[in-house]
Amino acid sequence: MTLKATLVVRRGAGGAPASWSRFDVDFEPGESVLDVLRRIRVEQDPTLAFRFSCINANACKECMMLVDGKVAYACTARLEPREMRVEPLPNKKHIRDLVTEIAPPDEKLPRLR
Amino acid sequence: MAGDRTHLATDVLIVGAGAAGMSAAIAAHDAGAGVMLIDRSLIGRGGATVMAQMTVAAAVGEEVPDDWHSHLEDTLKAGRGLCDQRLAELLCSEAPSAIRQMDEWRVGWARHSDGRLRATEAPGHDRPRCVYVDFLNTGPAVSRTLRAQVQRRSAIRRIGELCVVDIVVEQGAARGVVAFSVVDGRTVTIAAKSVVICTGGLTRLYARNSASLNMGGDGYALALRAGAKLIDMEFVQFFPIGHLAPRLVGMDPIMWDPFRYKLGGRLLNSDGREFIGDYDLAEDGRYRATRDVATQAILAEVAQGRGSPHGGVYLSFQHVGEAKLREAFGPVIDRLAANGIDLTQQPVEVAPMAHYHMGGIKVDPTMATCVPNLFAAGEAVGGANGANRLSGNAISEALVFGRTAGVEAAKRAAQERFALDVAMSDAVVIAHGAGEANVNPAALIVQLQRLMSEKAGPLRSEAGMSSALSELAAMKAQMGNAAPSPQAEFDSGRLDWFDLRNMLLVAECVVKAALARRESRGAHQRTDFPRTDDWVVRHIMRLQGEKILLEISA
Repeated sequence: MTLKATLVVRRGAGGAPASWSRFDVDFEPGESVLDVLRRIRVEQDPTLAFRFSCINANACKECMMLVDGKVAYACTARLEPREMRVEPLPNKKHIRDLVTEIAPPDEKLPRLR
Repeated sequence: MAGDRTHLATDVLIVGAGAAGMSAAIAAHDAGAGVMLIDRSLIGRGGATVMAQMTVAAAVGEEVPDDWHSHLEDTLKAGRGLCDQRLAELLCSEAPSAIRQMDEWRVGWARHSDGRLRATEAPGHDRPRCVYVDFLNTGPAVSRTLRAQVQRRSAIRRIGELCVVDIVVEQGAARGVVAFSVVDGRTVTIAAKSVVICTGGLTRLYARNSASLNMGGDGYALALRAGAKLIDMEFVQFFPIGHLAPRLVGMDPIMWDPFRYKLGGRLLNSDGREFIGDYDLAEDGRYRATRDVATQAILAEVAQGRGSPHGGVYLSFQHVGEAKLREAFGPVIDRLAANGIDLTQQPVEVAPMAHYHMGGIKVDPTMATCVPNLFAAGEAVGGANGANRLSGNAISEALVFGRTAGVEAAKRAAQERFALDVAMSDAVVIAHGAGEANVNPAALIVQLQRLMSEKAGPLRSEAGMSSALSELAAMKAQMGNAAPSPQAEFDSGRLDWFDLRNMLLVAECVVKAALARRESRGAHQRTDFPRTDDWVVRHIMRLQGEKILLEISA
């Protein structure tokens, strides 16, 4: 059984005015938001940026974002057959698209001049 | 952004922050060296360690009396004659002290009420030898504990989100690395007196895998291009009972192994029959078949039309009963319920998935490669586990080899006087990038994963692998030699390009080694050469220019 959803995704660099991309996707019941974001990079738009590492285990905690306005892990948020809105975390410095600054301050490179 | 460069320097540079890398960092620091620990992901979030659910094999002998020689005997037997005996000895003899060190650091090993460490019996071990942290928490606990120890040593400089492009080799020795920032794209050069590769395995080469994103075999490619040798690259371990269906989120797909350790469980074909006994020793309700044997048995059932609807087999705990399930796995049962799975009512579908790499960088027992100042540790190292790894040996290997590599790399650094400007290295040119991306590397990576699963997965043949080599060459031509320059902050496409560059090289090594091994042994199964030969040889690879050279060694 294949279902259809539309992901409305916040795009653009940190500090830039918000812009949005709409992605129509097919999915199987049970798939996560992360499954579909990864597929969008392969099939529709490789420039889409988001963080993830462990893919499915919810071990790395990197894929935290806003799904329909609520903080969620993209790897455990189930996709639903409707329009869903995906945004970066609001309380972190925005880097680009769905990526925010989550590295501890003492684990970063020296700031560029 | 493009053209910007940051230069850093250290005594010992450790690439990769899983259990091996963090152990190496702690050991090198405690030996008096200045240490820098870098990772492609955030420190302590990526890699395999954090994903490990259970178990850690070590002859601590508290569950039942044990001796590391027995652990060694089991390791060598599981390795089907191909283990590097010296590495396996180091692993087994030092695993107990590594476990006790972790215990002092309060990792929280499961204990009996009288204080003895609990150990479970995993397939291939002659007795209960595998310690663990409840519930399904071994990897995260190990990761967290090591991370806390690293953080307590404030002199260890940690930098995440740094992707290494190449190791710089000048005047015949490793002198540091060229990398780029995943966040802002700038080139980063790091001069170091010794370098330790702790980047884990290559499971991301396969479509179904239990790895983190950063496990595309980058360390093998870095080592090869630096002039080091790889060994046993054909031996990719497939984990037999990776979760297949129904779709499960928020759980590691290898979660069923601990269930089997504690509760046995039944592996059934579509006729509802336990079939493992047809291929190896009978399980008698216990979990005994080693990973290579179980993988072959499952694939054979599927090939003969006795598979499950999604192309695996069934794993059932229906006979166990709710009380026992809950006692063994507590909150995990609720997480399964949230996924709509009630183990008392239904079996799950499982199938093999890429899990671990027995092959890797060739090192001596001091973890030194043949390139002066270059070391490796953990899964990145090849040879300790031969043709098939025993359950539980991976984290032991990471802890023991990491510690050894850290000590040795610190010693090496103390002897090295250097002041190297790595700024002029060729790798800097590659890291800067030359143009725009005109391919979609994310799509090519998916194509590569499908190709490897189909043609260089758990079942292999000459015809399949020959065509795989041509496809790999075509993909290499398609991606080109010039990296795209950074186009934006957090340029994932560019990161994919560098990942693909490494993945294609490492995939070619796996296929070439597998083509050359005209027999079946452990994890390497040839449909055209199904028997195990008694001609025991090892395949050692190095790079000459762009060409992979294969040397056969006794």
